[in-house]
Amino acid sequence: MVADPVIVVGAGPAGVRAAARLVAGGQRPIVLDEADRSGGQIYRRQPAHFTRPPEALYGSEAGKATALHAAFDALRPSIDYRPNTLAWGLYGGALLTLTDNAVARVPYRALILASGATDRIMPLPGWTVPGVFSLGGAQIALKAQACAIGARPVFLGTGPLLYLVAYQYKRAGVAVQAVLDTSRLSHRIKALGSLLTRPGVLAQGLRYTAWLLRAGVEIHTGVTPLAVDGEERVSGVRIRLHGGREQYFACDAVGLGYGLRSETQLADLAGCQFAFDPVARQWLPEIDADGRSTTPYVYLAGDGAMIRGADAAELSGRLAACAALRDLGEAVTEAELDGLRRQLAPMSRFRRGLEQAFPWPARLAAGLPDATVVCRCEAITAGDLRHAATTLEAPEVNRAKALSRVGMGSCQGRMCGLAAAEIVAAARGVDLAEVGRLRGQAPLKPLPISVTVP
Amino acid sequence: MAGLFHRVGELARNQVRLIVDGEPVTALEGDTLLAALLTRGCRLRQSEFGGDARAGFCLMGACQECWVWTAAGERMRACSTPVRDGLNVVTAGTAWSLIP
Repeated sequence: MVADPVIVVGAGPAGVRAAARLVAGGQRPIVLDEADRSGGQIYRRQPAHFTRPPEALYGSEAGKATALHAAFDALRPSIDYRPNTLAWGLYGGALLTLTDNAVARVPYRALILASGATDRIMPLPGWTVPGVFSLGGAQIALKAQACAIGARPVFLGTGPLLYLVAYQYKRAGVAVQAVLDTSRLSHRIKALGSLLTRPGVLAQGLRYTAWLLRAGVEIHTGVTPLAVDGEERVSGVRIRLHGGREQYFACDAVGLGYGLRSETQLADLAGCQFAFDPVARQWLPEIDADGRSTTPYVYLAGDGAMIRGADAAELSGRLAACAALRDLGEAVTEAELDGLRRQLAPMSRFRRGLEQAFPWPARLAAGLPDATVVCRCEAITAGDLRHAATTLEAPEVNRAKALSRVGMGSCQGRMCGLAAAEIVAAARGVDLAEVGRLRGQAPLKPLPISVTVP
Repeated sequence: MAGLFHRVGELARNQVRLIVDGEPVTALEGDTLLAALLTRGCRLRQSEFGGDARAGFCLMGACQECWVWTAAGERMRACSTPVRDGLNVVTAGTAWSLIP
């Protein structure tokens, strides 16, 4: 009997490096990738027929991107790569996948989850108007499709991606109207000590900001977002400036995002224990230093475990593969494990610095007008949620979901879940950790009704 | 009507012909359906809850906000579906609402 294979979910920086280490350890892993080409989001490859050089797509990270792509291409004969494949369920030691409308049950001996992240979103009135996209989405439009989300976009939110995307758009010749950051400069100054653990990355961020200012792009920090205006499409953004004055920015698109959130649903289905992470204000799967979850033979790596960025993802992918190999009885030296752990340590400190410099604006949740749509899928408003949390006495988010349907739509709370938890906590006057987290449910993404599940 | 998206390069690609709401439309090889639709218009679908226009949000397959119908009644996630010749899609209402 042939033993079940090791499965890696995701083909971004963490998944690729995990697969490479597994192959070096004598395995022939299955690599599941929801995209049609490897690279993940940050090192996403442009489609065939596109001709821009890597430097135009990935800027200062071009070398890392091309190295990762080359590493993956070299692995292809040694792995079972399944692109365009969604892992949507998990039970009984097997993943349930969907490829081109066909469902498969894929048993595993060990499972490495490198499922990445999406933008962390705080809703605001008008955010469902066509022309509002996530910051990550705005970057993908540019990188993978050579399109700008608008001719005169505003970028609103916080985090390193806010400045990076604005920089990339301006460099591409797009008339960026403003960069509006909810974080204050004082946050960044307090975070300096932690950020200096990776001086090169810090310097790069400062260079983007300086370049934007030189290029004449208006940057405001400490803002309070009020609304996106527009009917058929975006016509402007209203904010309150740090000093208290309201200001209107005419624009035809908005890139919106407040850092990233880990995609953790598969870990949830695998029965992994979660713990509240006060740094990210999110519930994350509990892992040890090498990426082992609380479920035997299930490992987490990359931003899907904790938001530490692409460099840490490569290291943690390799480390999780080492842990899996070791647990399967293969030899892995202590020196290799130690080396990887040592390289990851400053990245964890840097992550705390970033959360301090660009904090998730939890305070905005309590101030959202009742009529603000929180759940885009089913148009559930902040008022609906407050009603569930107070009048109907939902003590935590899953009860609030049952009563209001928030998080029950086709995105399963990926876009609204974190904000919904903040709204419920604020309405009940309790700590965020007390209202829990939305549990993952299979299927994790929509399936055609015609499929037969084995 | 001008679209939401603006192309900033990669214009030297072959053309692909599709049909959108009954009208012939030209896109470029390698376009996602989302990019093809939003470079010429401002919507992909209407919300089932309230009927307002939606045009996608995350572009990475997470938000499920860009599903469009084909005229044959299948659904496609526009941000992860490449265009191909002859694709016949519906953005206004659902496929069955267009059956005379």
